Amino acid sequence: MNWLLAMSQTVLFVALAPLLAGWIKCCKCRLQNRKAPSLFQPYRDLLKLTRKQPVVSDQASWIFTISPYIIFSAMVLAASIVPLIAVDLPTSASADVIVLIGFFSFARFFLALAGLDIGTAFGGMGSSREMTISTLAEPAMLMGIFALTMSASTTNLSLAIDFVLDEGLVLRPSFIFALLSLMLVAIAETGRIPVDNPATHLELTMIHEAMILEYSGRHLALIEWASQLKLMLYGVLIANIFFPWGIAERITPGDLGYGLLFIIGKLAFLSILLALSETLFAKMRLFRVQEYLSFAYLLGLLGMLSHIILEGAR
Amino acid sequence: MILVLAYCAVLLSFASCLPPLLMQGRHNLPALGRLRMPGSLEEQRAQILTRQAVFGLLGLSGLFAALAGVSVLVSGEVMTGRIGLGLPWLPWQVRFDNLSGLFFLIIGIAISAVSLYGPGYVSAYEESKHPFAVLSLFSGLFIAGMLLVLLADDAFFFMIAWELMSVASYFLVAFQHDNPANRRAAFLYLLMAEIGALAIILAFGVLASFADGFTFDALRGAGLSNAWASIAFALALLGFGMKAGLVPVHVWLPEAHPVAPSHISALMSGVMLKVALYGLIRFCFDLIGEVHWQWGLVLMIVGTVSALGGILYAMMQTNLKRMLAYSSVENVGIIVMVLGLSMIFMAQNQPQLGALGFLAALFHAFNHALFKNLLFLGAGMIHHQTHELNIDQMGGLIKRMPKTGMLFLIGCMSISSLPLFNGFVSEWLAFQTALQVDVIDNGVLRSLIPVAAAALALTAALAAACFVNVFGILFLGLPRSRHADKAQEIADPGMLAGPALLAGLCFLFGIFPGLMLGLINHVAEQLLGASLPDGSSLSWLHLAPVSAEQASYSAPLVLVGALIAAGICFRYLRRSPATVMRRAETWDCGFGGLTPRMQYSASAFMMPFRRIFARVWLIDEQVKKDRQGAMDQDVAAIHYALQIQDHSWPRLYQPIERAVNRTARLVGRIQTGNIRTYLGYSFVTLIVMLWIIS
Repeated sequence: MNWLLAMSQTVLFVALAPLLAGWIKCCKCRLQNRKAPSLFQPYRDLLKLTRKQPVVSDQASWIFTISPYIIFSAMVLAASIVPLIAVDLPTSASADVIVLIGFFSFARFFLALAGLDIGTAFGGMGSSREMTISTLAEPAMLMGIFALTMSASTTNLSLAIDFVLDEGLVLRPSFIFALLSLMLVAIAETGRIPVDNPATHLELTMIHEAMILEYSGRHLALIEWASQLKLMLYGVLIANIFFPWGIAERITPGDLGYGLLFIIGKLAFLSILLALSETLFAKMRLFRVQEYLSFAYLLGLLGMLSHIILEGAR
Repeated sequence: MILVLAYCAVLLSFASCLPPLLMQGRHNLPALGRLRMPGSLEEQRAQILTRQAVFGLLGLSGLFAALAGVSVLVSGEVMTGRIGLGLPWLPWQVRFDNLSGLFFLIIGIAISAVSLYGPGYVSAYEESKHPFAVLSLFSGLFIAGMLLVLLADDAFFFMIAWELMSVASYFLVAFQHDNPANRRAAFLYLLMAEIGALAIILAFGVLASFADGFTFDALRGAGLSNAWASIAFALALLGFGMKAGLVPVHVWLPEAHPVAPSHISALMSGVMLKVALYGLIRFCFDLIGEVHWQWGLVLMIVGTVSALGGILYAMMQTNLKRMLAYSSVENVGIIVMVLGLSMIFMAQNQPQLGALGFLAALFHAFNHALFKNLLFLGAGMIHHQTHELNIDQMGGLIKRMPKTGMLFLIGCMSISSLPLFNGFVSEWLAFQTALQVDVIDNGVLRSLIPVAAAALALTAALAAACFVNVFGILFLGLPRSRHADKAQEIADPGMLAGPALLAGLCFLFGIFPGLMLGLINHVAEQLLGASLPDGSSLSWLHLAPVSAEQASYSAPLVLVGALIAAGICFRYLRRSPATVMRRAETWDCGFGGLTPRMQYSASAFMMPFRRIFARVWLIDEQVKKDRQGAMDQDVAAIHYALQIQDHSWPRLYQPIERAVNRTARLVGRIQTGNIRTYLGYSFVTLIVMLWIIS
């Protein structure tokens, strides 16, 4: 029963990801005085792409055609261990938050290889930049998460959320630092402004889009879907770890329904914040990103040190 | 019985020196020599036979070593014995316990893989220029030396075996001695190996002066004061660290590993460094016995610096084997750092967490032996087929060498610590150890350990970037040179089987790490007297080293989940026949004529890193433009030169070199070259000696 629930939660996660992307686009359009496309436009795009015939370069090797499947499954696996509407599901014991970061790096490894596979300048450029940014972002993210897991003394996400729920609303300086650091990392890792612009194909600035320039058809659909999933994963992580209230602790239809409503509300709110920041800020130069990410790293480190000095003192 | 297996392994590796020598002896007989024409069919057959005999014996030796290692790990016994060689009052003492057993297993697996790979690889060497007899003689001695180091139970025997290993490997590094750069690298290696050996002898000497004898049993009983114990620790760290390649005494590694034949550099990088770590572990955790947290802190800092420095330098290398050598520095750094953590926890009376760190370190040592061997053998395969080691000259090899590509990819994924592969598990355990910092009272340690963990995270991310670059530039894209374009798949099945064995083990221990961790747990139990709680925490399905509430990782479940997810989308998306994949030319923005030179090269890929971490290297970047035309307005050609140097040369080694030269000149003043002066010196010395003893 619990396994079934865990699986359906994962399916729900995967199914909702394009909706979140649509909602963010909607908010952004409104904020920028533009007419918004339908909320369901991302679904239509994905469907359209799967129906198209994929065109693959004759220089491509099997790495190029297999990568979309690997990237997508890595993201689905990551979604299966992040509690969305209920905690204490059996899948959360199979992998903890360090493994979650491992899944992200697995996906990125193959995405970068696929970028290099065709042998165009764009692909290599995208891969190189993506690896640079993620290399700096990964330790920053781990710092933020360590600050958190050391308070909860567990790296299991579900149990960490339980811990926050049990503690109630306590103002922990380490959590505030960790939250800020994770938000900065999330923006960098999901390729949003000010680090990368998902809507551009300008060679000087693009990172993520440069790597996937050669993809088409179902391959492109899988990669697009995977990046929407990644965005949602970061959103759910931030929402459920720092503000877990509302998540279902017991498995009853009522609790689960509330859990769903709460998470949709939380994500909607976070998306508005994201759209606002994307509207207010301009994209950075590539070599400013290191300063941005080292700031995130510093925040994570401060979070951990404040946990050690202020909270863990014995 | 188990000891007999271990002896067999040693004897077989000695025996593997013999076949070519015997063959040569026969060859030199005048009657036969006249009959046989060099290069004749018979001659070739004899050569092949010798090669197979040598590597067959080595393979058997590896098999016996692995068997001996596994059986001692399973039985958990300690076996002792003695060999009637050595000094009259001190025959060689032998002891075979779980720690030795684990390293026997590591060496055994590595030798087995190398002996499958070897016959095909060495066939490329020209007999007259690089005689096989020399290679096999010193390989046999080298391997026997490593095995004997693990068996030694007294300081004399240990040092003899250690020197056998060092000197034999010197000849292997100098094997292709026709290139002056190789001779220089080999000399540097020998110099540093001997300085390291001196430090180790001094470390043993400190222990021995407080003990009554040179056997390890006596050394264990030496009650050292804290100050002397710390001096012994520092000497051991210098000596073993020099061999293991810790920053800043790592400089011989990137010089010596690339110039040895690939299967030898695989053994040197994958196994010999582990033997040095064995020495460090044996010395600190066993012989000195009581560890201090200050030592742990030193190990942690040295390890962190080595890990970060190693990978940052690895990223900038364009020579494939040099890059792999620097990456060994990184991995040894990680192991030493986690050992340091373990020491800190042990000294803070947290034996269980100490055991966890110890487990993580040893498992990483095991994993590194697997994937680094695999990658060096892969580099050898690429070199064998393309005669090229410069990464920037490669490209597109995955289509020309698909099997090699697959094996190399597995190696890259393991070393980048991606989930489902073994490298990830040991790194995960290292993080779990570091996260237990809350139990420590000391505030400085509590804040330093997480910083080390963050450095470990950065190292892992940099390693992933480094190996994406290496695999991408080597195997993907378009070929950047004629050699790469003409490359063909390896024909020799043995050359594929060796790396395939290692790749299989990388995956196996990535999915079922509990198998190996259970065995390593015995080592911790025997050596530290502490182990992880019970068998269930290391079950085949879930890995929960501290407790299930704190952290758990189940690689089999992850694998099943990944297969389900990939399988569903794979089947579902490829239903319709209308969407069969179509091949077309690469999009070239409408300009036409994409050439391989438009691709990113390894140096280009690393440019952002070069800019961000610019202070780490000594970078000499030069762009020269050839101009032409009436007012020099056209650029005819652009020359780009990039040189990246290690900071340790100008900062550490050149001052030492200058100081040595200066002292030598000072000493040179008393050497007049006049026999009367020297007689005078002898006379004065004699008088002074007589005065002292009277």
